Amino acid sequence: MARKKECIAMLLAGGQGSRLGILTHNIAKPAVPFGGKYRIIDFPLSNCVNSGIDTVGVLTQYQPLELNDYIGNGQPWDLDRADGGVHVLSPYQQIKGTEWYKGTANAIYQNINFIDRYSPEYVAILSGDHIYKMDYAKMLDFHKKNDAACTIAMLEVPWDEASRFGLMFTDPDGRITAFEEKPKNPKSNKASMGVYIFTWSKLRKYLIADEEDPSSSNDFGKNVIPAMHTAGERLYAYPFDGYWKDVGTIDSLWEANLDMLNPKANLDLGDKTWRIYAKNTAQPPQYIADTAKVENSMVSAGCEIGGEVDYSVLFSNVTIEEGATVKYSIVMPGAVVKSGAVVQYAMLAENVTVESGAYIGECPEKTENLDAWGVAVIGGGVTVGKNAKVAPKIMCDNDVAEGESV
Amino acid sequence: MIGKDVAGIIYSSNYDNYLTELTAVRTMGSVPFGGRYRLVDFVLSSMVDFGVSKVAVAMCNNYRSLMDHIGNGRPWDLARKREGLFMLPPYNFSGVGAYGSKMSMLRGAEDFLNHTKEEYILVTDCNVVCNLDIEKLAAFHAENGADITLAYAKGKLPQLPDTAVLKLGDDASVTEMEISPKDTEEGAFAVNIMLLKKSLLLRLIHEASAHGWKDFDRDILMRNPGSLKICGYEVPGFCRVIDSLQSYYDISISLLDKAARDALFCEERPVLTRVRDDMPTVYGIGSSVKNSLIADGCVIDGTVENSVLSRGVRVEKGAVVKNCVLMQETFISSGATANCVITDKNVVLRPGKTLSGAENYPLFISKGKVI
Repeated sequence: MARKKECIAMLLAGGQGSRLGILTHNIAKPAVPFGGKYRIIDFPLSNCVNSGIDTVGVLTQYQPLELNDYIGNGQPWDLDRADGGVHVLSPYQQIKGTEWYKGTANAIYQNINFIDRYSPEYVAILSGDHIYKMDYAKMLDFHKKNDAACTIAMLEVPWDEASRFGLMFTDPDGRITAFEEKPKNPKSNKASMGVYIFTWSKLRKYLIADEEDPSSSNDFGKNVIPAMHTAGERLYAYPFDGYWKDVGTIDSLWEANLDMLNPKANLDLGDKTWRIYAKNTAQPPQYIADTAKVENSMVSAGCEIGGEVDYSVLFSNVTIEEGATVKYSIVMPGAVVKSGAVVQYAMLAENVTVESGAYIGECPEKTENLDAWGVAVIGGGVTVGKNAKVAPKIMCDNDVAEGESV
Repeated sequence: MIGKDVAGIIYSSNYDNYLTELTAVRTMGSVPFGGRYRLVDFVLSSMVDFGVSKVAVAMCNNYRSLMDHIGNGRPWDLARKREGLFMLPPYNFSGVGAYGSKMSMLRGAEDFLNHTKEEYILVTDCNVVCNLDIEKLAAFHAENGADITLAYAKGKLPQLPDTAVLKLGDDASVTEMEISPKDTEEGAFAVNIMLLKKSLLLRLIHEASAHGWKDFDRDILMRNPGSLKICGYEVPGFCRVIDSLQSYYDISISLLDKAARDALFCEERPVLTRVRDDMPTVYGIGSSVKNSLIADGCVIDGTVENSVLSRGVRVEKGAVVKNCVLMQETFISSGATANCVITDKNVVLRPGKTLSGAENYPLFISKGKVI
C-alpha cells in the first residue's frame, strides 16, 4: 500500500489536439515542442513538482508512444520517486469490457483505483495543453480555507475574447454562483483555466454517479461540475493573474512561443525559483557565425546560425545557413534552412529542410486579403524544394518540389 | 575487445598545479570547458559511448566540485545497480597517503581493480580535450598484439614536467621514450591514455611497490622491466592537452573553428554532461553576436565577438565582449568592455568597467569577483 498523500495530480494528456493539424499527426498534443527546448507537458509537470505535488498520473490515449517515451521514469522533473512519482495511465482491459477514455471525467473514473492507492484528501485535475506557471499549493490553501468541494482556477480575460471560454459568475467571496459555456454575448469575463482541485471524497461520489448516467458525456466542464453545482456543493473560483495560454490551435501555439520573447508577457523561463524542467538532449553550445544577425530571438543548444534570425524561436540543432532569413517563426528541432531561403510567419516542424531560395509564409502587411493570411506550417520531415513557395496559412504535410508553389 | 570487457579509471588531479588559476577552487576534471562542459565529460562520454559500464574517477584535492558535477553518474547512464560509477577519493590506509602521483593513485585503486571482472583497464587523465573513439584504440591494441597501448598526439610538446615523448618503430611499437626533453619542441607525445590488461596493471603495481618505484612513466614504462610490447596509437583529429592557462584559452577559442567543433562534438559520440535546466539563450533587440559559441541560458543584449560563453552568462545592453572565455553566470554590465579575458564562475563586471588582456596573455578573473 502506498503512503497517504495530501494531494495528488491527474494530468489529462490524452487529447489528439486535432486543431493543431499536422503537428499532432504522430504525437499527442502535450508532446508538441514548445519554447525552444520544452514540450507543452513540461509546464504542468514542472508546476506540480514546484508546488510540492510528487505524485502525478498522466492520462494518455492518443498516439502515446512519444509522450510515454518522453515522460520515461519522470527523472527530468524529479518525479522518479520510490513513493509516488509520475505514472502513465492508459486505458486498459477490464472484466466488464474495454473502454477508451470517453471523456475527461471518465478518464479519471477509470483510474479511481490509482487515486485510492494514495488515499488523498485532494486531487488536482490538470490539462496537458496549457502554458502557464502556477503554484498549486496556494490554490490548495484557498480550497481548504473555503472548505470547497471544488476550486476552479479563474483568469479574467479580455471581454472580446470571453466568448471562447467557459465563464463563471462569483459572489464577493469567490463562491461560484453560475456558469456559462462559451456564450455569444458574455456577461462575465472570468474564464475557467481548466485547472481544478477537488476534495477527493466528493469527486469520487460524483464520478460514480456521472458514470451511471447514460446520457452524460462524462466531461468535467459539461457534466460533473454542473452536477456538483446543482447539488449545492461549495464551488469556488481561484483568481489567477499570471500568464496563461491554451495552445490548442496553430495561431495560439505560434503566439505563445513568441510570447516567450516578450518580457511583458509575464512568463519568465529564466526564473530560477520556478524552473520549467525538460528532458535535455546532449547538444553542444550554439554557434553564431560572423555572417549571422540574431536579434530578439530564443535559440537552443546545437544550433548553427549563419543567416538572419529575428523575432523567432529556434529549437535544438537548427541550422540557418548564411544568407537565409527567418522572421516571426518557430523552428523545431533539427530543421535546416538553406542559403537564400526566406521563412516568415511560419512554423517548421522537426527535421524540416528548406532548400535554398524557397519562400515560406508572408508578412501580414504584404497580404492583400487578411482573411487568407495565417501562419504557414510545414510538417515533420518535409523538404521544401529549391525556389519553391509556400503561401501563408498552408499546412504542408508533403514534400514541395523544386520551383513549385503551394 | 568490446565495451563490457573494459573498465575505466579516470584520474582527475594529475596536473592541477599547472592550471593553478582554474584549479584554485576545483580539480582538473571539473574545470569548465567549451561553454557547457567540464573536462571530465569528454573522456567519460567516450568510455560510455564505447559501452564501458564501470568507471572509477580518482581524485586528490579540491574535489568537491567534481563530485557535485558527476553525482551518481546519471548523465552518463552510469547510475547502475550493476557496475556503474565509482568515486575514489584518497584513501589513507597504511602505505598510501593522499595521491601525489599516478602511481599512488593506482595503488589506491587496487581494491577497485581487484573487484573488477573486466579484462582490460583504460587509464586516463582529464587534461586532454578530444573525442576519443575507444573502439579504434581497442582494435589497434588487439591488431598489434600490444601489452600496453599509449595514445599519443603529434605537435608542440605540452609544457609539463612529465610529458612522455615517444619514438615509434615501423610496427607502431614504442622504441624509445623520453620525459620532457629540454631540447625538443615538437614530436609525438603521450596524452595519458593507456590501455592494458587488468592482470598486467596489477602486476606492475605490485612490482613497483616491491621495488619502491614512484613514477609510473619513468620507472615502469621507460624501464619496461618485463620487455612488454608497448605500442603508440595516434589519436586522430582534434586532440589538445591543457598545460597552462594560455593553452586553456587557446583551445577554448579554437572551438570557434568549425572543423574543431565537428571533431569534438561529432554526432556519433555525443559529449554528455550534467543537466542544468536552463532556458534557451535569449538575444535581445539590438544585440550583435559574431563568431561565438554560446551555451544555454544566456541573455545577450550587447555585443559579443570571437568568444565562448558558458551557461547563464548575461551581457547587458552596450556591453562589449571580445575574444573572451566567460564561465557560468558571468555578468557583464552595460557599458562594460572585456577583451581577451577569462572569467571564472559568477564574476561581475560593473557598468563602464574595462578589462583587457592580450591574445598571448589572457587576463583571468577568479570565481565570484566583482569588478
